[in-house]
Amino acid sequence: MNFNIKTYLSKNTNAAPLAVFRIAFGAMMCFSIIRFWYHGWIETLYIQPKFHFSYYGFEWIKPLGGYTYLLFIICGVSALMVAIGFKYRLAIITFFLSFTYIELMDKTTYLNHYYFISLLSFLMIFLPANAHFSVDNILRKKTYENVPKWTVDSVKLLLGIVYFYAGLAKINSDWLFKAMPLKIWLPSKYDLPLIGNTLMHQDWFHFAMSWSGMLYDLAIPFLLLYRKTRIFAFALVLIFHVFTRILFPIGMFPFIMIVSTLIFFDAHLHIKIIGFLKYILKNRALNFTLAIRSNYNYQLRKPVIGLLSLFFIIQLIFPFRYVLYPNELFWAEEGFRFSWRVMLIEKMGISTFKIANAETNDFFYVDNKDFLTPFQEKQMSFQPDFILEYAHYLGDHFTSQGHKNVQVFVESYVALNGRLSQPFIDKDVDLYREKESFKPKHWILPFKDEIKGL
Amino acid sequence: MFTVRKIFLALVITAFIIGCSSSSSDDGPSGKTDTFNRGALLTNVADNIIIPAFQDLSTKLSALKSDKETFVTTPDQTNLDALRVSWLAAYKTWQYVEMFNIGKAEEILYYFQMNVYPVSTTDVEANIASGSYDLSHINNNDAVGFPAVDYLLYGIGADDTVILGKYADVKYKNYLSDVIDQMLSLTEIVLNDWTSSYRSTFINETGNTSTSALNKFINDYVFYYEKGLRANKIGIPAGNFSANPLPEKVEGVYSKTFSKELALEALNAVQNLFKGKAYSSSATGQSFSSYLIDLERMELVTLINSRFDGARQKLQVLSTDFNSQINTDNTKMTEAYDALQLAVVSLKVDMLQAFNINVDYVDADGD
Repeated sequence: MNFNIKTYLSKNTNAAPLAVFRIAFGAMMCFSIIRFWYHGWIETLYIQPKFHFSYYGFEWIKPLGGYTYLLFIICGVSALMVAIGFKYRLAIITFFLSFTYIELMDKTTYLNHYYFISLLSFLMIFLPANAHFSVDNILRKKTYENVPKWTVDSVKLLLGIVYFYAGLAKINSDWLFKAMPLKIWLPSKYDLPLIGNTLMHQDWFHFAMSWSGMLYDLAIPFLLLYRKTRIFAFALVLIFHVFTRILFPIGMFPFIMIVSTLIFFDAHLHIKIIGFLKYILKNRALNFTLAIRSNYNYQLRKPVIGLLSLFFIIQLIFPFRYVLYPNELFWAEEGFRFSWRVMLIEKMGISTFKIANAETNDFFYVDNKDFLTPFQEKQMSFQPDFILEYAHYLGDHFTSQGHKNVQVFVESYVALNGRLSQPFIDKDVDLYREKESFKPKHWILPFKDEIKGL
Repeated sequence: MFTVRKIFLALVITAFIIGCSSSSSDDGPSGKTDTFNRGALLTNVADNIIIPAFQDLSTKLSALKSDKETFVTTPDQTNLDALRVSWLAAYKTWQYVEMFNIGKAEEILYYFQMNVYPVSTTDVEANIASGSYDLSHINNNDAVGFPAVDYLLYGIGADDTVILGKYADVKYKNYLSDVIDQMLSLTEIVLNDWTSSYRSTFINETGNTSTSALNKFINDYVFYYEKGLRANKIGIPAGNFSANPLPEKVEGVYSKTFSKELALEALNAVQNLFKGKAYSSSATGQSFSSYLIDLERMELVTLINSRFDGARQKLQVLSTDFNSQINTDNTKMTEAYDALQLAVVSLKVDMLQAFNINVDYVDADGD
């Protein structure tokens, strides 16, 4: 095979898959926003807490009080505009910015799939997803039959990276040889019908799930790419995601992944879907005369390809940044986020903060409930960057209350993947003096065990 | 190809329906057994621990009530002494039920009307002076229950002569009488609910959902140990949460000599429940301990018991009166606190992780 990058980049493919992807993505995002609002999470996660945990470098991004609702409205409306392909470029940029802003407001709610949505919407800014079957076609009185092949492939690549890296992350001794954390999670699903008290507590089942989960993640991008295994792969996608949806509270994620996977299919399927949608709309929509153009052409083709190449190179390298940290990754979580490490650890902690006076050595303990919501307290208790940020918040708070020579210490215990809890943070380090940075945190106590693997 | 597609479509739709409907799984009764019988755990707890403890409390409060009747008829030293003895007996039994803030107890805010301390003497005296009060009102939570009786029997005068003198006033008699009557009647409401209907609800709700009895019971247990025992009895008065110690916040501050006894009873209650030991005999049944053993966490069971034992040793070296202990040597109090805290870590982190129960307070999607 003679792969020529220039020839590849100039290849075109049918525009239908990208159009269907745009519609499905926009519709699901709009629904997700409504669902989020409906559950009252805007209130409980962004309005009620007194204090919000920020990402390093993004401390200026905070919830906007009552205007947070407006932000969600903007995000939801832009998602809908993406779905119908109305002012697409403006809509997808607005969606990317508003969604990413929402995710950066408080890292307590960090989820890999939210990060995935941000990346995907960023990528979509540069894709001609409105070239076919969109309101923009009507406004501009022209529609395109084909788009550059690489635009559709870039979405497949991003999906492929998510799966494959999630699979790589599972190649570790806890997951494969201890069946952890599934060994903790599955038996607690004893009240499921049928499988609850027959399968969920079986040792072999925990191992079978661990190993097949790892193999699934590694293999699925390739099985989807290859035409002959595609149907089989899609059936696996369905089974896998529905099963995880039954077992774990993972919200919209399985559906987003299932629908996104449709992009791997041939254009025939997408043409049929569009045909079906046209049939539904037939009675309501006016008839438009659109000039049919064959190929969509980028005006800024080279810069866009350059930018997206850089984007993907970063995506490939970034998850490996953990090798720069000496501490055990699952323990210290330095370089853990934004790396497709999904469902890998079961971690619980308790972190009790001690406010001391450096001169007199008087001290008292803080009741975390006075400052944090239960969800924030739970997330804070086992993640060092949360602990540090909260320590600073407490230090500032008690200094402003008139306490003198404030020092902030923490007594922290964490249990990882069913091991007995052990001290997590050096309790003699005044965290109020420590600064956040990308450097390794010397005040995290070493993990007293070993987890081998990638 | 056409049929393949149809089958495929059917598969997609079915999968979606299953996926969407799964989130609404509720507390289902699970009659069948898997490796561990959670129903047996709840049954043991209900039949051999909770209900007998409430029955005993009810008996002790009835005795308290009858001694109170004698006392208000003839308020002399003998009757005061007898009343104090039955108050202490009931208060010790109370330590075995405070952690069961579930079902009717939770619904009628039982705990808040039985043992909120420190008592507000201002509220008590104001109620007595006015002669009209609603003891179940939230504003009176710190003017009723065991702490109020502590004050009424030990604190309203500098010595027993002065105290007995106060009971010449019918308003004092009435208030003492009303407070004790209410404690008994609330306890009977909770006990009757357990014996008539709640027992069967309780033992059948073995599901792993945020509202099932099993999960609430485990959460309540850990919460009680952390708040009711560790913080209220030791941490708060020892000044662990404030700039200075607050010795006036100990349990039984007016009777002075019982704070240690009450704390030790509470620790026994917590450990007995962990082990599944019956309230009125030494028999043991299914428990958190046996559940952990079933999950192959014997080492955690050993650790939790040794931490309870360690905390008990630290409590035993304290003065019988925590108030004076804090004023003379508070270090011993904070050491007891540290020992109690170690068991909080084991219960709240290790045990809850092993059970992987659905926590009742986190409502958001996971990864």
